[in-house]
Amino acid sequence: MRAVHRLTLPRALHPGAWWLWALGMAVAASRTRNPVLLVLILAVTGFVVAARRTDAPWAHSFTAFLKLGLMVIGIRIVLQALLSTRSQGNVVLFTLPQIPLPDWAAGVKLGGQVTLEAVVTALYDGGQLAVMLCCIGAANALASPRRLLKSLPGALYEMGVACVVALTFAPQLVTDARRIRAARRLRGRSRGSFRTTAMPVLEGALDRSVELAAAMDSRGYGRTAQVPRRQRRITGLCVLLGLLGILLGVYALLTDSLAFPFALTALAIGLLLAVGALGIGRQRVTRTRYRPDPWALPEWLVTAAGAAAAAVMVVAAVRGVHGLLLAGPLVVPPIPLLPVLGVLIGLAPALAAPPVRQGAAA
Amino acid sequence: MIEFDHVTVTYDGAVAPAVRDVTFTVPEGELALVIGRTGSGKSTLLRAINGLVPHFTGGTLAGRVLVNGRDTREYRPRDLADVVGFVGQDPMTGFVTDTVEDELAYSMESLGTAPDVMRRRVEETLDLLGLADVRDRALTSLSGGQRQRTAIGAALTSHPAVLVLDEPTSALDPQAAEEVLAALQRLVHDLGVTVVMAEHRLERVVQYADRVIEVPGGIGLVSTGLPADQMVTAPVAPPVVELGRLAGWSPLPLSVRDARRAAVALRSQLADVKPLRRAAVTGAELAGCSNLIVGYGTVTALRGVSVSIRAGEIVALMGRNGAGKSTLLNALVGIVPPRSGTVTAAGVDPRRTRPAKLVKAVGLVPQEPADLLYAATVVDECSGADSDFRVPPGTCRAVLERLAPGVDDQLHPRDLSEGQRLCLALAVVLCGAPPLLLLDEPTRGLDYGAKRRLVEILRELAAAGHAVVLSTHDVEMVAEVATRVMVLADGELVSEGETATVVADSPAFAPQVAKILAPLPFLTVGEVATALERAS
Repeated sequence: MRAVHRLTLPRALHPGAWWLWALGMAVAASRTRNPVLLVLILAVTGFVVAARRTDAPWAHSFTAFLKLGLMVIGIRIVLQALLSTRSQGNVVLFTLPQIPLPDWAAGVKLGGQVTLEAVVTALYDGGQLAVMLCCIGAANALASPRRLLKSLPGALYEMGVACVVALTFAPQLVTDARRIRAARRLRGRSRGSFRTTAMPVLEGALDRSVELAAAMDSRGYGRTAQVPRRQRRITGLCVLLGLLGILLGVYALLTDSLAFPFALTALAIGLLLAVGALGIGRQRVTRTRYRPDPWALPEWLVTAAGAAAAAVMVVAAVRGVHGLLLAGPLVVPPIPLLPVLGVLIGLAPALAAPPVRQGAAA
Repeated sequence: MIEFDHVTVTYDGAVAPAVRDVTFTVPEGELALVIGRTGSGKSTLLRAINGLVPHFTGGTLAGRVLVNGRDTREYRPRDLADVVGFVGQDPMTGFVTDTVEDELAYSMESLGTAPDVMRRRVEETLDLLGLADVRDRALTSLSGGQRQRTAIGAALTSHPAVLVLDEPTSALDPQAAEEVLAALQRLVHDLGVTVVMAEHRLERVVQYADRVIEVPGGIGLVSTGLPADQMVTAPVAPPVVELGRLAGWSPLPLSVRDARRAAVALRSQLADVKPLRRAAVTGAELAGCSNLIVGYGTVTALRGVSVSIRAGEIVALMGRNGAGKSTLLNALVGIVPPRSGTVTAAGVDPRRTRPAKLVKAVGLVPQEPADLLYAATVVDECSGADSDFRVPPGTCRAVLERLAPGVDDQLHPRDLSEGQRLCLALAVVLCGAPPLLLLDEPTRGLDYGAKRRLVEILRELAAAGHAVVLSTHDVEMVAEVATRVMVLADGELVSEGETATVVADSPAFAPQVAKILAPLPFLTVGEVATALERAS
């Protein structure tokens, strides 16, 4: 057995595997509104993150996403309370002052009675979204998006670099803005204007990007082999169509809005087109890759765990297994055995992924 | 290796060429040092070597630049990447990836180097530059010296024959600068790399140079020669050279070691003379803080610092990058909130004073001088500053003229050279002449002339009862201007006292003159000159 296949050899798992696993968990979460299952999914992802994250700065992003999730739930509940109608239940919690709206807004109600049912429904709906967000947060914490972009196929390299640069610049802009706001005090100005706040930030960002472009140019970025223009255009078109197909398929799978077979077909065709185009596009690229992340047994296991969790939930939803959706907001949520087992498969990476190297940042 | 043949560069829309009629050759394996005043065209010259000028910057290049036999007219920077490694002024802006190892591999990846070769070269470079301990670290978590070495390493891994560096040590503390220069020395001596670098801190680098290329700026012609010959007449010169000129040593020593050997006679001549020192300042307390604790997130930047600054003092804050110098200055002006402790600046609490009133009490030139600049032209900036600080129109422009003569009024502040931009920010704050003046790294990118003029202004302010606090790595500047030195380390005040006592004991902080004349208590060339006059 090659060393990379060992589950116990400390190394960084391929970022793609982490993202596929996390997407699998997100798909699983998208199939249920049962709070027991949702909390279970959150616990599973949280456990894996705790077991396999590094000391890198981005490894703390799970907490940030958790907070974001709580905010989503909060907003959802507040909106529901403001806009809910009596039709959602009978248990009135409290009554807000109702604001009369003009005739054209008939059907919309602002304020009034707030029912327990409406609030609980909002809590569960928001909870689902929050858990899906946390799945993405888990992927972020375990493998920074930058590392994922690094393993993009050669033909997409330029796009990847653009994304990496954008990812660096966004936080930089925030620190710049803060610094410049602070510096305004030094000129004795209390209030800022576009000229004194936004302009310096933008000018600074522009300066930096020009510097970065110069640095990249002097380091050989953009050396390419010559290929005919027509071939380049065709590959470009294929990539676009392929990505569109993948997007459509994933959207359909996540939202239930299109028929299941259609979603699968779109996904498959999209994948095929994209992979083919990327293969051809690679001819143009003369660059090599330093220490590419290997894809070995642990990667397969982690991906499979995510896929299995997603598959169990999707199949259960299609079959109409009892317990994924609640009969009413106020019933005690049941604990469906099969989906629980399915979600628990998602725990596998806590063991299947190799341990983190001590002191490693990525 | 590098050949400039009657090169003239004119940027689009510029009235005069940035550099004119430059002709020189740098043979293989030499370390060439480009010197010249702030804004004289050094960066343009360096960027012409790898074709960034004119391919990237635009403008017109007349004449011919040959690098390793390749004409930059036909080769773009990316096509020269295997021959020329380029390290820009601020390493952070040139980083493309986010960890040390990936950054080192980046140029090789672009050039299509085979994976096993890449792996080997990265390991070699990590050892060569002493970066093995930080190989997995995120670039943002590195110290200044480590960043600069990573940037050099990243340019080196593709084994270029030429390495071009723009001010590699100007932002570094003395120890980090030593690290970087030691690494460069090894490259030149062991690997035969041709190095071309521009640097204002001549006291750090001139002894390592094999050749000096002097860019006078304006209409003067670029001249090259051996360092010892070139230094005899160069308008910018480090203290060791100034002392050599004063004492009439020939050949002119460039390193402290050579100067010490030549200085035997001078030392005995000066043995009975004490340098004239201004008496310790005994003005009233103007500003200070006590038990100041400041933190950002989980990091504590200052842990219980108490200082007191008297009117008429010039205090230098020294210490490593990240020791808390900037934080202390920012706390004195109220930009960062203290976790505990009190701050007073010229009689007010800076956190609770309206900005318009605060600037009449305390002024700060931040580390990033461009943060203070808003206007689209130099002249607008100056008139804006006059109205912000409620001083008569033209005050700011006059200060700027004094610091950096001849700056074009209509230029955008961001088009100025780094040194000129700093002068503009200094002028903006100095024109208000606040009782307490704080300067964060006021010598980055400044040439000796600009530094001298800044020193004069600061002395005048101090004599008029203003207090000045400056944080700096520039020991020569400290020796020249400071009456008191505070050394910060890890957020604590570790030593404090008269400049002569603090800097003279420390090997890292001692200025060149002190090293040459030790054990005599002289710090600057000026002190030696007055002592000699009195002795004769």
